[in-house]
Amino acid sequence: MDTASILTVAVYLLVLLGLAWPLGIYMAAVLEGRPGFLGRVLGPLERLLYRLCGVDPQQEMDWKSYALAMFLFSMAGFLVLYGLERLQGLLPLNPDGLGAVAPDLAFNTAMSFVTNTNWQAYGGESTLSYLTQMLGLTAHNFVSAATGIGVLAALIRGLTRQETCFLGNFWADLVRSTLYILLPLSIVLALALVWQGVPQTFGGAVKATLGQPVAYEITPSADDLKADLTLKPTPAPIPMVATQQAIARGPVASQEAIKQLGTNGGGFFNANAAHPFENPTPLTNFLELLAILLIPAALCHTFGRMADDARQGWVLLAAMTAIFLAFLSVCLWAEHTGVPQMAALTGGHGAGNMEGKELRFGVTASALWATATTAASNGSVNAMHDSFTPLGGLVPMVLMQLGEVVFGGVGSGLYGMLVFAIIVVFIAGLMVGRTPEYLGKKIEAFETKMCSLVIMVPLFGVLLGTAWAVMTASGKAAIANPGAHGFSEILYAFSSMANNNGSAFAGLNANIPLYNLLGGLVMFTGRFWLAIPVLALAGSLAAKKRVPVGAGTLPTHTPLFCGLVICVVLVVGALTFIPALALGPIVEHLMMLGH
Amino acid sequence: MLKDMLTILGRQLRPAFSMLIVLSLLTGLIYPSAITLAAKVLFPHQAEGSLITDKGTVIGSELIGQQFTDHGLFWGRPSATSPQPYNASASGGSNLAPAGKAQLKAVAERVAALRASDQMGDPGNAAPIPADLVTASGSGLDPHISPEAALWQVSRVAHARSLDEAKLRALVARHTEARQLGILGEPRVNVLRLNRALDSLAASAENTPARP
Repeated sequence: MDTASILTVAVYLLVLLGLAWPLGIYMAAVLEGRPGFLGRVLGPLERLLYRLCGVDPQQEMDWKSYALAMFLFSMAGFLVLYGLERLQGLLPLNPDGLGAVAPDLAFNTAMSFVTNTNWQAYGGESTLSYLTQMLGLTAHNFVSAATGIGVLAALIRGLTRQETCFLGNFWADLVRSTLYILLPLSIVLALALVWQGVPQTFGGAVKATLGQPVAYEITPSADDLKADLTLKPTPAPIPMVATQQAIARGPVASQEAIKQLGTNGGGFFNANAAHPFENPTPLTNFLELLAILLIPAALCHTFGRMADDARQGWVLLAAMTAIFLAFLSVCLWAEHTGVPQMAALTGGHGAGNMEGKELRFGVTASALWATATTAASNGSVNAMHDSFTPLGGLVPMVLMQLGEVVFGGVGSGLYGMLVFAIIVVFIAGLMVGRTPEYLGKKIEAFETKMCSLVIMVPLFGVLLGTAWAVMTASGKAAIANPGAHGFSEILYAFSSMANNNGSAFAGLNANIPLYNLLGGLVMFTGRFWLAIPVLALAGSLAAKKRVPVGAGTLPTHTPLFCGLVICVVLVVGALTFIPALALGPIVEHLMMLGH
Repeated sequence: MLKDMLTILGRQLRPAFSMLIVLSLLTGLIYPSAITLAAKVLFPHQAEGSLITDKGTVIGSELIGQQFTDHGLFWGRPSATSPQPYNASASGGSNLAPAGKAQLKAVAERVAALRASDQMGDPGNAAPIPADLVTASGSGLDPHISPEAALWQVSRVAHARSLDEAKLRALVARHTEARQLGILGEPRVNVLRLNRALDSLAASAENTPARP
């Protein structure tokens, strides 16, 4: 690693942590219904939205009503998005004339965006109309992130209120998160992105006349053979010449901004943020990287502020940052070291692994992105993870498998981390034989059960989904690289979907019914079978009295507690996934060294 | 119990759908349209895709790479898009495992092709080939190569165009963009822009009569 790498990482972390503090404090005010200056500007709009929808923002909900509202809203979103995809051919804003999305792909994509996963089985520029991209995907990028913030706010209220059944109003949390947090940040980021070259236009693809025509060949597919019986069974490739380059464009910047801020990650283009139109310069790369971790990091301070003890937020943020830095170092080292066989071929050395990476970002910014996008449940990519070295690709895979709690998704990351914090006080309580407490709330059987559910459900999704896929012929036929790397592709896919990340080892042909349907199911459980137990946990905690701190209370704002959280997160992940990882990236790494 | 649940369900259905509709319109229609308008006013060139025109015809985008195979032009990175390289309607990478057989075979072929192309320019060019010249980019549309990759090609281009190598090196240096803000990203050369500058350099060289 050179000095430029270390400097990039240092500047990144400094700016990130510097911005996270004020934003976190501001978000706490928004969630408590005091949005300040923006409240005066957008307040009338907020009140108009409530009136249109027949909502009383003052009316508090218990955990069941909160969960029901959240679930109904998400399912309504699912139905509408599915309909939009199926009907896009008949709807306006479709300059490239794209037809209806296939049912299994539409199901997968709708589930993917409603659950804040944004798994990309579709190829943006070739599958989705501008209307679907905007009204469907961009809108869900906002509301699925706002939903995550809402669930987190309910959990924090459960921890900080006492002897009540009320956790806040879901509709108010949803509207305030959207209006006062996500929308203003997106507007600023979107304009900065356009300034640097990200397109924002409703004009369709533009045809550029090439100075030098490109000769290429196409091989007729099985479908072509059926359609045209005059073709020979094993036809020769047909030579073609392209004199034009059709450049796909669209309203990219507006979607790009919220896609990063809302830990969504679903790309406007197939190549996602590796595409020069989604991410044209090193500066856009830096801004988008910041946007990926900004809200999840800031929410730690929001928690500290709402809990009236800033140290509680700092401890969790420190644990996240420490795990992040450890994995980042491994990824940077692996990608800078590259593949030994390559150096022998080119006669060069030390350039690192550049396959699937963009030159303007280079190895450092690509490894940093891969770590950040999987630490957060963002899942956008600026380089192809499938072409990372075995250990370089292991890092994003493990970060997802840890349950998306190292920063994690907007809202969902911190509620996952709070669940781990509760597990930590539970384990510590077992060791000393005392009833565990977190923020003065006694942790009893019900809480522990809900926390176990939150931790176990994604683990089952990953391992059972992978096991099912590798047992079927179509699941195995979809892999792009044979052997251990092919297994990694499938393991990565289910790690990504079950933890609502959305990044991929993209060689896997995920657009087949098996992955679309099974993946859709895994994304569903990975979102709602976590969010609903979290709300049940919040309801149970809210009803309890706060007990005073005693001699046997484990303080939860100390470096010791931070260390315990790190250990528990890593141990749970390691115990569950090391056998599977050994079959994929680890054996691939050993084979690479052995040659 | 069940009746209670159903009443709550009924009461929440209206806000669920109406919230979805109003928030979708706000974030999915009004927000992107407002950004489009603002972009059109503030940054019209970028908003349209940073297109390059020549006598009224669009010939490409500053941000999107193109395929060059003439010996007299600088070549970009290999592109894995399908069916043709640098297909700007279907971006994507090779997704090959970097230590896999298929990838190492592809790299070996690219190395051989580059060495062969260089034979006529500079048989002695045994310099290591920069990694970016033999690896496919993530988007398949990478507009850049490293300055090293451009310099590596100078002898071939100079020979094919009968131009002075030193002039070409200076041209590459002029088109090398440094790290942004001093630390971000990598130094790089935009291949399409470099080739356009090369064309005008060659044209002016033809127009100036050679000194006796």
